[in-house]
Amino acid sequence: MAREGFSKDPFNIVITGVGGQGNVMASRVLANMLAAAGYRITIGETFGASQRGGSVMSHIRVSRTSVWSPQIPSGGADIVVSLEPIEALRVLPAYGNRQVRVFTNTRPIYPVGVIAGEQDYPESAALEQAIAGLCSGLWLVDATDRAVALGNPILANIVMIGALCTIGELPVGRDAFRNVVARTLPAEKLDVNLQAYDEGGRILRRCS
Amino acid sequence: MPKLSDNSAGDERLLMGNEAIARGALEAGLQVAAGYPGTPSSEIVDSLSKAAGDVPLYVEWSANEKVSMEVAAAASFAGLRSLCAMKQNGINVASDFLLHLAGSGIRGGMVIVSCDDPGALSSVNEGESRHFARLVEIPLLEPGEFQEAKDMTRWAFELSEQLGTPVMLRSVTRMSHASGIVRFDSLPGKPRRAVFRCEGFMLDTDEGPMVSAPVGYRHEMQQERIRRARELFEASPFNTYEGPERPELLAVTCSAAALYCREAVSMLGAAGRVGILKIGTTWPLPVGLVKMRLAAAEKVIFVEEILPFLEENVKVIAAESAREIGVKTFYGKNEGTLPMNGELNPDRVAAAMAGILGIPFGDPAADYRRQAEAAAEAMAPQRGQTFCPGCPHRASFWLLQEALHLDNRKGFVCGDIGCYSLALLPCGFNSLKTLHAMGSGMGIASGFGKLGAFGMDQPVVTVCGDSTFYHAVLPALINAIHHRADVLMAILDNSGTAMTGFQPHPGSAVNALGEPAPHVDIETLCRSLGVSVEVRDPFDLAETRRAVNRLLEQGGVRVLVLRQSCALSPAKRAKRAFRVHVDDAACLGESCGCGRFCTRVFRCPGLLWDKAAGKARIDEVICAGCGICSFICPQGAIVKEVP
Repeated sequence: MAREGFSKDPFNIVITGVGGQGNVMASRVLANMLAAAGYRITIGETFGASQRGGSVMSHIRVSRTSVWSPQIPSGGADIVVSLEPIEALRVLPAYGNRQVRVFTNTRPIYPVGVIAGEQDYPESAALEQAIAGLCSGLWLVDATDRAVALGNPILANIVMIGALCTIGELPVGRDAFRNVVARTLPAEKLDVNLQAYDEGGRILRRCS
Repeated sequence: MPKLSDNSAGDERLLMGNEAIARGALEAGLQVAAGYPGTPSSEIVDSLSKAAGDVPLYVEWSANEKVSMEVAAAASFAGLRSLCAMKQNGINVASDFLLHLAGSGIRGGMVIVSCDDPGALSSVNEGESRHFARLVEIPLLEPGEFQEAKDMTRWAFELSEQLGTPVMLRSVTRMSHASGIVRFDSLPGKPRRAVFRCEGFMLDTDEGPMVSAPVGYRHEMQQERIRRARELFEASPFNTYEGPERPELLAVTCSAAALYCREAVSMLGAAGRVGILKIGTTWPLPVGLVKMRLAAAEKVIFVEEILPFLEENVKVIAAESAREIGVKTFYGKNEGTLPMNGELNPDRVAAAMAGILGIPFGDPAADYRRQAEAAAEAMAPQRGQTFCPGCPHRASFWLLQEALHLDNRKGFVCGDIGCYSLALLPCGFNSLKTLHAMGSGMGIASGFGKLGAFGMDQPVVTVCGDSTFYHAVLPALINAIHHRADVLMAILDNSGTAMTGFQPHPGSAVNALGEPAPHVDIETLCRSLGVSVEVRDPFDLAETRRAVNRLLEQGGVRVLVLRQSCALSPAKRAKRAFRVHVDDAACLGESCGCGRFCTRVFRCPGLLWDKAAGKARIDEVICAGCGICSFICPQGAIVKEVP
């Protein structure tokens, strides 16, 4: 499943979502998988006050040779992984381009302005169409639904990593994931994380 | 699980900048670390506290930054290597001691880590801490990438010990909270024994008392240390140059901005035209090195974050050596090529360099950008910041705001620093009307509380968190009591320093090492000051409402402790007190007349408005089960059940 190397250097991955969704954890797991494969990694993260219901974003720069800036240059994302649908669209003006590939969880987390009736949340079909028109491939993953079925919505981040690693864009896969989880999480968490990872590969569907 | 304390020289790990700093300190033989939590600095002391079980190390979360610097200084006076870490404004808090510490000097190597927050990603200020190093005349170091963050920290202890001065290491959010690969060196062997030699003569720096007087003598010594630091920095491997020997443009940079410079040069394909002088020892500057690089270029751009510190100090060197190196054209913050505030990024730096070099740097994908912006504008509503579902602050501010509203004398709340600072926003019903430094809510309220003599009849309320209370509220509270100010102080006690990751504070029953610790009880302490104290649970709305209304009527200083743990606290996380649902038969929807009170006004993220059905809903994935919304609904349609 995993490919030989990356199509360019540095290869740039954006992981985005809403504070509390495990964005930082997802970026760490993926980056550690790539680091174990010998890549030089730089992660830039925005968290802190943005934890409280705000948009959060990690930039992962992957290179064979060197350290890159913790911020991806404008229009420079190769892959966007989004733990929440509108967050995928939100990062595209700054980091997207016609070639970018987008993976998004389908479960909305409503901004407080939407809850209060001051803003509107888009219909999923229209949103998917808009994102599809701004990338070269859009994959949808019902990650939160599967995570809830596995017992904890926080596992949606791992479902998304499983989905991402399935399409063969990255030179790492299930073994790398297993090694990182075994090394960094308590032993009793391994099984459920592997299940979440496998679910991602199983349920991902290509939209465009 | 791999640990920061593993003695595994040669291993490579993916480390956050803050972890790299912590590892560097461990490799230097750090024995005492202290700090006060503050984003983006907290992970330094957090990760050291985790390492403390494996290596001989004492770690504490001090009551505030000044105390943390004093605790670290004591260890240094006793010959140990020590560190204190804080966010940028923590340096302001500690600065009075820092001035005197610079004068007395130190013994064991002592490193002060300040983490600045360009762009104020997690701050209510964009403070610049580097000027303090120059102001109090101590060396300043700034790492430019992750390996260097570790190596430079390790070396900072050597430097400090060699010169006898504390050394400041300054990081920024994009260094502290970014991650990169770091190769470990070995950990040292035996710890030092702590002995404070203080029997010697007054002027004996090795065995005499530690004091900043006699000032004339000590100040001259301090300036001599800075002169020696300047000499050492001329040959420092942390000052690097890459690019042609006679570049068309010289970029003088430091910290994370050095990474933006490299990326910008790569984006512009200008490696043959631009030289990058990355300075790691930013105060005192290595004059010889700076002069040599300035002499080789006609145009110079300064690329750094927050204020033009490097820029102004290099310009002094340029002015003093103008006869030798010639007249330069400078670009930077002062003449507006780069912004004076906010953070930099590769694009901003590339655009600035492109303008100087005459390289076209438009947006090749402008069509894409316009299409994406239009779509995002139409379909990605902004996320306003809000309290978490189940946050006790939402209930506390609901009650305070309700009481002030009913009281109808235009009362207001003086805010303070913590998650509850968000009560400036609609999520806290726009309650806060002042917001400044740690402890300033009570100090300002103490001042307002004396203005009745000049006709002010508005009730004055102030809030602070439990950690903030110990940090800097106490002196202001004592001030208000002594001067009979009219103030209601609500202490929003959520059982830990929640915003930065539940670090313990003096009110906690454990310390940073996880050991049981005597907790300093807020209400006992306040009562001992002679002030009346009531303790209420903000989730007990009816009882707390009565208390707030009653206390608002009274004069003098009144303390109300609103105690309920943070929804994200380790004890509470993922446990729901109630299962909450909306009774469709009872919810009257748009026809109720409440105007969607639950979602429009209370606006907890766990609530939804189902447009199709015209009813309120609970988002099962988001709801934390506090059950407060069941009190808010005028129809009683929101039902809470014990699961």
